[in-house]
Amino acid sequence: MNALQDVLHPAGVQAGHIAHLWWFTVALCAVVFVAILAGLSYALWRAPRADARSAPDMASMDRPESGAKRAVVTAVALSILGLLALLGASVATDRALATLPLENAVHIEVVGHQWWWQFNYDDPIPARVFSTANEMHIPVGRPVVITLQAGDVIHSFWVPNLHGKKDLIPGRITTIQLRADQAGTYRGQCAEFCGLQHAFMAFTVVAEDDAAFQRWADAQRKPAPEPTDAKARRGHDLFMSGTCMMCHPISGTTANARKAPDLTHIASRPTLAAGTLPNDPQGLAAWIRDPQKLKPGAQMPAHHVPDDELDALVAYLETLR
Amino acid sequence: MTARAASLAVVLAVALALAACDREVRKLSHEPTPELQTTVGDRQGDLQPGAPGPGLKETVSTRSFDPGNAWEMAQGQRLYDWYNCAGCHGRGGGGGMGPALSDDRWFYGSEPDQIFRTIMEGRPNGMPSFKGRIPEDQAWQIVAFVRSMSGLGATNAAPSRSDSLGGLNRPENERPTSHPYVKPPEKP
Repeated sequence: MNALQDVLHPAGVQAGHIAHLWWFTVALCAVVFVAILAGLSYALWRAPRADARSAPDMASMDRPESGAKRAVVTAVALSILGLLALLGASVATDRALATLPLENAVHIEVVGHQWWWQFNYDDPIPARVFSTANEMHIPVGRPVVITLQAGDVIHSFWVPNLHGKKDLIPGRITTIQLRADQAGTYRGQCAEFCGLQHAFMAFTVVAEDDAAFQRWADAQRKPAPEPTDAKARRGHDLFMSGTCMMCHPISGTTANARKAPDLTHIASRPTLAAGTLPNDPQGLAAWIRDPQKLKPGAQMPAHHVPDDELDALVAYLETLR
Repeated sequence: MTARAASLAVVLAVALALAACDREVRKLSHEPTPELQTTVGDRQGDLQPGAPGPGLKETVSTRSFDPGNAWEMAQGQRLYDWYNCAGCHGRGGGGGMGPALSDDRWFYGSEPDQIFRTIMEGRPNGMPSFKGRIPEDQAWQIVAFVRSMSGLGATNAAPSRSDSLGGLNRPENERPTSHPYVKPPEKP
């Protein structure tokens, strides 16, 4: 799956502020670097060369400590100015980040788990609240207020194209505000080491126009469709009477546990297991059979089930569009 | 102290340290060990989570974990919460709707096999049967944790009490958050 993860191509106003600060810092440091190299070259070029017949240089005996020269004073003053400029730019960036207008914002609650992301879309009408996993859709041009919570240990929410990092701390609620200004698919990644599979804790952010976002949200709010063909029906029965429903919720069914990713529309998501593998029937079957092979340490146990049961389960999950 | 006594002390210390390694091993996939398998009998009642039905048929039965392993017990502690054992037996095993697990009174036996069968087959008067609902590896992890609550099994590997049992003096990061706070959207 091709999702962009690049701090240098900001797709939103917040990431833009951060990128400006980055380029300003790089430019200033480059100027300082070039100036230092130029000064060094000049000093080397101007330094008196001695040969075998020259008299020994006794200058340091005459003047053991020379006072601060004009060049040194100037360099110190310039350094202070440069550092103050960086400080000023940093404060201005922070201020800009904190003053994103939040009218008409989308509210999303993010819960970080070992090792996947839960996205709860808030709504004043409780029936319209819905939950999904490892995939976040946001409308382009509308601010998004994201509250961050940790389900177990400290994680960090990072979508480089949209904003900087923000930690998820157990027992605390932190918030981050962002806005996507360009449509596109961006990759997010946990940015705080959180255990064995920290590296495979990614998610996809789809920024799209408001109409497409509303269509997606409406589709996500729908309960899971009833299986129609016999194989999917058998998979449904196995799911509801087996180990799956002990942890995974599927809305519109009796599976109401809230410990593992919501599977109500799993077939519509681009990846499985938080960006670990592409979401296709083969991947799904391999994942159910032995997650520990693909993502050692993941909380989902292996299932030593016969092939026909596995086929039926996959067939059912593929109907959950 | 002579040099010989000193080197002997070093060797002993290293041996002791190495002996403790097993305590922390994380065995992520379980190889089947049929000779240690426990046969699960029929359900002892109608109670079971989820829809009626056989559930997934496990083709491999496992019991290969080390009961003195801290990680297995910690997994058992997590699953005790995930599968809502706490709902009846109390978060620290203090009991509630169901009998306490932290005392030394066992209606159906305290041996690992007996607890395993209690979980899988269920027991009359309330204990549901989790056969087909919990993978056997995980049931054994829960067994290890349940035993640890009443001091059975390896006490040097038992997990500490969960933070939720701390009462009012909970750790700072568990206290209610007052800031930052985001106003929820207005009701229309």
